[in-house]
Amino acid sequence: MTAATIFQRPQSLTERITHYCPGCTHGVIHRLVAESLDELGLRESTVGIAPVGCAVLAYHYFACDFQEAPHGRAPALATGAKRARPDLTVFTYQGDGDLASIGTAELIHAANRGEKFTIIFVNNAIYGMTGGQMAPTTMPGQVTSTSPAGRDVDQVGYPLRVAELVATLRTPSYVERVSVHSPGHIIDAKRAIRQAFAYQKEGRCFSLVEVLSTCPTNWGLTPLASLKWVEENMLPYYPLGLKKSPEDEV
Amino acid sequence: MAKKLMKGNEAIGEAAIAAGCRHYFAYPITPQTEVAEYLARRMPEVDGVFLQAESEVAASNMLFGAAAAGVRTFTSSSSPGISLMSESISYIAGAQLPVVYINIVRGGPGLGGILPAQSDYFQACKGGGHGDYHLLVLGPSTVQEAVDHVMLAFDLADKYRNPVMVMGDGMIGQMMEPVEFPTEGVAAPPPKPWATVGMRGRPQNLIRSLYLDPDELERNNLELRAKYDAMERDEVRFESYHADEETDVLVVAYGTMARIAKTAIDELRGQGKRIGMLRPITLYPFPRVAIREASSRARAVLVVELSTGQMVEDVEWSAAEGVDIHFFGKTGGNIPAPEDIGDEITKVLEGRARPRTMVPLAEEAS
Repeated sequence: MTAATIFQRPQSLTERITHYCPGCTHGVIHRLVAESLDELGLRESTVGIAPVGCAVLAYHYFACDFQEAPHGRAPALATGAKRARPDLTVFTYQGDGDLASIGTAELIHAANRGEKFTIIFVNNAIYGMTGGQMAPTTMPGQVTSTSPAGRDVDQVGYPLRVAELVATLRTPSYVERVSVHSPGHIIDAKRAIRQAFAYQKEGRCFSLVEVLSTCPTNWGLTPLASLKWVEENMLPYYPLGLKKSPEDEV
Repeated sequence: MAKKLMKGNEAIGEAAIAAGCRHYFAYPITPQTEVAEYLARRMPEVDGVFLQAESEVAASNMLFGAAAAGVRTFTSSSSPGISLMSESISYIAGAQLPVVYINIVRGGPGLGGILPAQSDYFQACKGGGHGDYHLLVLGPSTVQEAVDHVMLAFDLADKYRNPVMVMGDGMIGQMMEPVEFPTEGVAAPPPKPWATVGMRGRPQNLIRSLYLDPDELERNNLELRAKYDAMERDEVRFESYHADEETDVLVVAYGTMARIAKTAIDELRGQGKRIGMLRPITLYPFPRVAIREASSRARAVLVVELSTGQMVEDVEWSAAEGVDIHFFGKTGGNIPAPEDIGDEITKVLEGRARPRTMVPLAEEAS
């Protein structure tokens, strides 16, 4: 019997050990992006844009060229890079503080112009890097270091549903929300991420995949309890599924 | 090439195209919006990219992405817009990217006004954004010089991998003058092996300004400092107008102010007065040595600016010891006539003007 390789590290990932906390799902999402780049043969022509937040060091883990953006501005950098070199595959990898708070203008206008790059939007309902502050995506009543009595929607409004917001724009795009809290959901998330890059490869449209993610450290939960928390608290408010397709009627 | 009559803002747009730039990202703001309007028509003719951004914040970050992808890129704006870009200018300087900024300065602070001013000298030359960095800053005094400076700016930005600003004012932007564009001898941009354009078999290229290790960040700071030292050694530019002679009053002025001052100086020299002028062309690096030498031959120095006194601080610390420094400024969009500057020079000549002093005036009076 000869040995056969049935599982290996994607070429688009480096061997470096990540700085992410135990149980954080950034690692899973990195892998799904890397597998998609590998399978579509895009790695050598890819430029990633890192955010400010937990994923700022993503460039140490992806084996492709990278730019590091000011906080929230990744879609503007991606616009510049893609307009300069339409032959490149350009993606941003942004958290919810970066994309849904300080970077809202850059997100909406890049989407509305139909910039042909891909956004991987990681929504874990909290600011991770700075130590667990309230984000625009924090759940009603959720306790964070800046909402110690729980998010009060009378004072700060309801969580921002980014995928739905972007899907209201008339410009054709691909927008889907997925989750990585179970193996089945991870497989589905992979399909969506790969689809986003496939649309970019065809020069088709702007694409955004919102991925529901965990933050065990700042949620104060074990990794397993965190996965359950996504299922029970986030899923009802952030419904999964396709929000907009370039096949839709304009 | 024959000279043609062009408005300053349009000439600036054409100069960028002559320099091989095909990527322009900008947001409208008076008094320089004609640059964008001109390029909205012109860029498609040369297969270039014109993109109106959603804000100055975004425009400058588009420059970041485009420059990091290896192309020549620039924007044009005016004072409040440059304030919004200052965040990314700091990142661009830290990440060592070649980007060109045109700043057609208007009055401030705040919304200020839309008329000519030189009140952003501090912002351009002393920071603006956070961190230890410098822009290389050029101050044209004619439309032709604006054209030449825009073309030079792209070369300098590439040479130093550093943002370069061409800082004019509304007069430069709005006036029409005959200009010509050099068509020959325009050097191609240097190769950019550091650009993020896909690995294609080589190791990863990374454009960043984050260095969490203190030694690594210090190394980047020292690398930047070494570039600024090289600029201070190799890139100082100035015009000497009778400043190499013995003078009774040495005028120091830049940009359009220098032009108006020159008319006043010619008038006084016609009456036999010993007046000269030193005009800084690079505002950073500042011509400190030239100012020291010229002021050592002068009895007094008069700095003229469209501000309440910004460049004058650089003149003070550059000037020869013991020489009196005087200042004359107009603001709000008010522009002195040659006679106004002539009167100030005469006051200094006749000992009727009060030099600047380290002692606060109120204290001195008590």
